[in-house]
Amino acid sequence: MLAHLPALQVVIPLISAPACVLVTRANWAWLLATAVSIISFVIALLLVHEVSEHGVLSYHLGGWRPPLGIEYRIDHLSAYLLTIVAATASITMIAARESIKQEIPPEKASLFFSAYLLCLTGLLGIIASGDAFNIFVFLEISSLSSYVLIAMGRDRRALTAAYQYLIMGTIGATFILIGVGLLYMLTGTLNIQDLQQRIPAIVDSRTLHAAFAFLTAGISLKIALFPLHLWLPNAYAHAPSMITVFLSATATKVSVYVLLRFFFDLFPQEISLQQFHLGKILLPLSIIAILTASFVAIFQENIKRMLAYSSVAQIGYMTLAIGLGSADGTIAGMVYLFNHAIIKGGLFLAMACVLLRIGSVQLEDFAGLGRRMPWTMAAVVLLGLGLIGIPFTAGFVSKWYVLSAAIEQGHWLAAIVVVGGSLLTVLYIWKIIEHAYFKTPVSATRQSQVILEAPRQMLLPLWLLVAGSFYFGLDTSFSLGFASTAVQALFH
Amino acid sequence: MITGYFNYWVVIILMMMGFYIVISDSNLIKKIIGLNIFQTSVFILFISMSKVKGGTAPILIAGADVYSNPLPHVLILTAIVVGVSTSALGLAIIAKIHRAYGTVDETIIHEQDDLQDEN
Repeated sequence: MLAHLPALQVVIPLISAPACVLVTRANWAWLLATAVSIISFVIALLLVHEVSEHGVLSYHLGGWRPPLGIEYRIDHLSAYLLTIVAATASITMIAARESIKQEIPPEKASLFFSAYLLCLTGLLGIIASGDAFNIFVFLEISSLSSYVLIAMGRDRRALTAAYQYLIMGTIGATFILIGVGLLYMLTGTLNIQDLQQRIPAIVDSRTLHAAFAFLTAGISLKIALFPLHLWLPNAYAHAPSMITVFLSATATKVSVYVLLRFFFDLFPQEISLQQFHLGKILLPLSIIAILTASFVAIFQENIKRMLAYSSVAQIGYMTLAIGLGSADGTIAGMVYLFNHAIIKGGLFLAMACVLLRIGSVQLEDFAGLGRRMPWTMAAVVLLGLGLIGIPFTAGFVSKWYVLSAAIEQGHWLAAIVVVGGSLLTVLYIWKIIEHAYFKTPVSATRQSQVILEAPRQMLLPLWLLVAGSFYFGLDTSFSLGFASTAVQALFH
Repeated sequence: MITGYFNYWVVIILMMMGFYIVISDSNLIKKIIGLNIFQTSVFILFISMSKVKGGTAPILIAGADVYSNPLPHVLILTAIVVGVSTSALGLAIIAKIHRAYGTVDETIIHEQDDLQDEN
């Protein structure tokens, strides 16, 4: 049983997806999706344990030995990401019931949960797989299901957002397919470990350069790296609240993982960094992403959209850290990824609470919300502090490591941008706090004074994330410790 | 040069045509068609590279000892399935967009969204 964990991690949600369609009752479908998410989380934790005890796990699908067969390969990096994705999935699903009851018509609920499970399958599959083409297929499974999920938003703009994402996402995925095809053409293999052995010998080939370029463009689109981020703000702003929570904490993070897997593992990192100058592409784009996206976020009136732009900026921090090209930088990027999943997941979850009770996430409707939804808004403040990077929060830890990695590399511009980005974050988080606590609603009717706290089933997961954002600010043994082992393995 | 790489030239031309349609056309359905042409060019890229000179189809038959590489064909079979699903989903979303906006033209949709913002 334990030996089959890498496959079960992917197969259980995959099988549950069609099963979920057969369950027509909305509540039962929710229960199934929640149970599967929690099982995935347990499996991910078991894999973390196995990997730290016995090292890399290699699972041969169908008993075919790699490089001919498809290999599922769980190393420290995969186990780390599997934990993040499965934990987010569990927390999202536990909190999801009320919000989805309100936003999704009951007759469509089972289809909705089925699409969610497929999305989870795809994300877990990308991480577990050790085969380049297999990664493409899982990428498409997760993308196609997330287009469906986004299109199920209440506003008609959800449809155009989903369509835009579909077009850009498909172009990105097809670019990755071209890259993988060119690599296969050169080496005759698709197994990542096997490719890693063969690439140093053909480093001067122009086809390899083309493959690298296609992969960079394709993966950057999936990450939503500036200037390829245009699909993200609309998709996050108009998707059903819970899907925004889920995707913001997983989809772009998994794409960052794909970046690492392809350019620091499949292509040996010294080749990516020194011969293909990956850092020179990532650093300037990340710096622009941090500054422009944070700046644009300040002027957003829709808070979900504001947080979506903030995500584009935060992704910039991660790619900046990775682009620094040192082991310390990459570790910082991984810690950032972990902490940001908690903080941004939490903030979007708080927005789901607000949308459930107030029916709007426009800034002007936040007036007086500090009194009406005290627990939700307190969580927003605490998570906001984490997003800014106040000491004792997880956000501080991640920003600190990015900053010290930038200074260590002598990259002063990057260091200044890291700090400057935090200042811009203060501005837009302050806008939310100002409206929630220091403004009175325009129409001070009695109805707008009633306390309307979100249901406990949503508040508990929300405060779990708040607690996480402080816990991982003090105890970094998992977030930092595990990430360092993962990255050391890539840098040998 | 041109004859030696004939397939690859076709791939590049198709790829650029498809890509251009996706970027330039404001009709949502035509964008999906462009996306299909773009994806098809990649299928041809994969199939072309699997050809082995003098090789026959990869089926065991008497008298043949050189076979073309079957693996890219299998990969592309998967990619075609992905492509069909993408088009189907894209068209389904367009159908819903048409119901909600009464048009499949991107510029008109943006105008309607802007109008809604002002009110």
